[in-house]
Amino acid sequence: MPVEIDIAKVAKLARLALSEEELVGYGAQLVDILEHAERVGALPTDGVTPTSHPLPMTNAFRLDEVRPSLDRDEVLEQAPQRDGEFFRVPRILGES
Amino acid sequence: MTDLADLSIADAGAGLRSGEFTARDLVDAAITRAAVTEAHLHAYLTLDQDRARAGADAADAAFAAGEDRGPLQGIPIALKDNMSTRGMETTAGSRILAGYVPPYDATVVAKLQEHHAVIMGKTNLDEYAMGSSTENSAFGPTRNPWDTDRVPGGSSGGSAAVVAAGSALAALGSDTGGSIRQPASLCGLVGVKPTYGVVSRYGLIAFASSLDQIGPFTRTVTDAATMLEAIAGFDIRDATSYRGDTPDISSLLDAGVAGMRIGIVKELSGDGIDPQVDQACAAMYKALADAGAVVSEVSLPASEYALSAYYLIAPAEASANLARFDGVRYGLRVDGETTEDMMAQTRAEGFGPEVTRRILLGTYALSAGYYDAFYGQAQKVRTLVRNDFAAAYEKVDVLVSPTSPTTAFPIGERTEDPLSMYYADVCTIASNLAGDPSGSVPIGLDDGGLPIGFQIMAPALHEAQLFRVAAEVERLAGFDARPALATSEVLPA
Repeated sequence: MPVEIDIAKVAKLARLALSEEELVGYGAQLVDILEHAERVGALPTDGVTPTSHPLPMTNAFRLDEVRPSLDRDEVLEQAPQRDGEFFRVPRILGES
Repeated sequence: MTDLADLSIADAGAGLRSGEFTARDLVDAAITRAAVTEAHLHAYLTLDQDRARAGADAADAAFAAGEDRGPLQGIPIALKDNMSTRGMETTAGSRILAGYVPPYDATVVAKLQEHHAVIMGKTNLDEYAMGSSTENSAFGPTRNPWDTDRVPGGSSGGSAAVVAAGSALAALGSDTGGSIRQPASLCGLVGVKPTYGVVSRYGLIAFASSLDQIGPFTRTVTDAATMLEAIAGFDIRDATSYRGDTPDISSLLDAGVAGMRIGIVKELSGDGIDPQVDQACAAMYKALADAGAVVSEVSLPASEYALSAYYLIAPAEASANLARFDGVRYGLRVDGETTEDMMAQTRAEGFGPEVTRRILLGTYALSAGYYDAFYGQAQKVRTLVRNDFAAAYEKVDVLVSPTSPTTAFPIGERTEDPLSMYYADVCTIASNLAGDPSGSVPIGLDDGGLPIGFQIMAPALHEAQLFRVAAEVERLAGFDARPALATSEVLPA
């Protein structure tokens, strides 16, 4: 089965600002890889439960205790742009 | 006398305790070795000599005060650069994290420091651990100490190269689809991926969370057990950490294999495996039988689909894990009009081609309309792979195979063809999908003088059986070759 990919849409979902040329290149590579990966469809899997995780665990709880957290200044030190005790980013809303 | 840089952890520990040499001597030997080999290998991204010497002095001071925190005290150890180190740059081999200095230590790093191990620095890797050759690093490739025209394997290629070359006595790597075992195989080392959950991933920069495990690179099987015992254990800060007792690791190292049932994986021999690798493994199967093991052939029929399932599951998880690298809290930022523009520009510029490719692949595999056909189906295949292992372990105690279908391949040979690179993991991936422990032990050299690795797989939490067979394979192989770069024949840089 040939695989069709709207690569521009996938790049937008992944928040990757790729050029036209890059989109064409990655699109072709993804088709190759997915046509190979489609082999997983060849195995009969009716009634097989999917495995999302190798350990049989559901929730992992811990006691709700107060513990020290990371030093705020040390964390903010790594920010590309900070404003006092905040991370600073460009405006959130677009033009529309 | 052997150069101190070439000692095993066990021999170095004995020398430290008899007063033959100091931790400072060991670290200086590793630094001296690195000064020669790094120009050829580019295995370290950060080699912090001052911190290493200070760590060695602290270990020596502890010895002098009668304090002994066990077999890693004073031992120079390197860390793959996807493990967070407080105050030491941690890049994951990516431009997007260049210059990032974590505000905390990964649990494995904290544990090594509690043992007074000496942290040498951070080793090169395929960006975000995505690759099988260490050519995908944003900071340039690492070369194989056995032949510098060839890759060391990957993604933990830097960790493998430093231990093979002697610029650390041991190292930690991470293994998502073979990233410890395959470079261990290509560099003539012991490498172990423990059972999923046995070693905390707190502070490991995540690639594929249902598959990633941390484990050791060492020169001997005993050293690997020592390292694993030091880093294993439940950690409240890793929600996937195994809550039961830490499994036994080393009690059967000297037990031999008499009476053990060993299964040869049928699908991982013959076609698709380099003939010299295949023959070396066949000779080891026979040697194990001669040593008293009951050796038989076992089929894992779903394993031929494991690679395809892996290349849907791992990118899907990666696309979610790597969403956090967005130019807001750390690392690179490329300006944009809006926050969304800034994020998309930052990610396009910060991620290299393989990481971009896998984020796109994973995003697609998880997107509406394709989820069932790709990701959902891959998860069902994962169940079938696990069922195959469960059935096999009713008949045998451990499974064996080659670690890598080939020995080290030339730099550049596979970089243009992602599928041929992915095939490098064909022997190792099933064990990650199952979550079981597995390891590689060197058993010989091919005609070109390149190491051949032998893989041993065991059921979850049966590390003791894995190490039992690994120790016997090590004894039977008697592998003691060293790469030219680690001997006196080294050319000046």
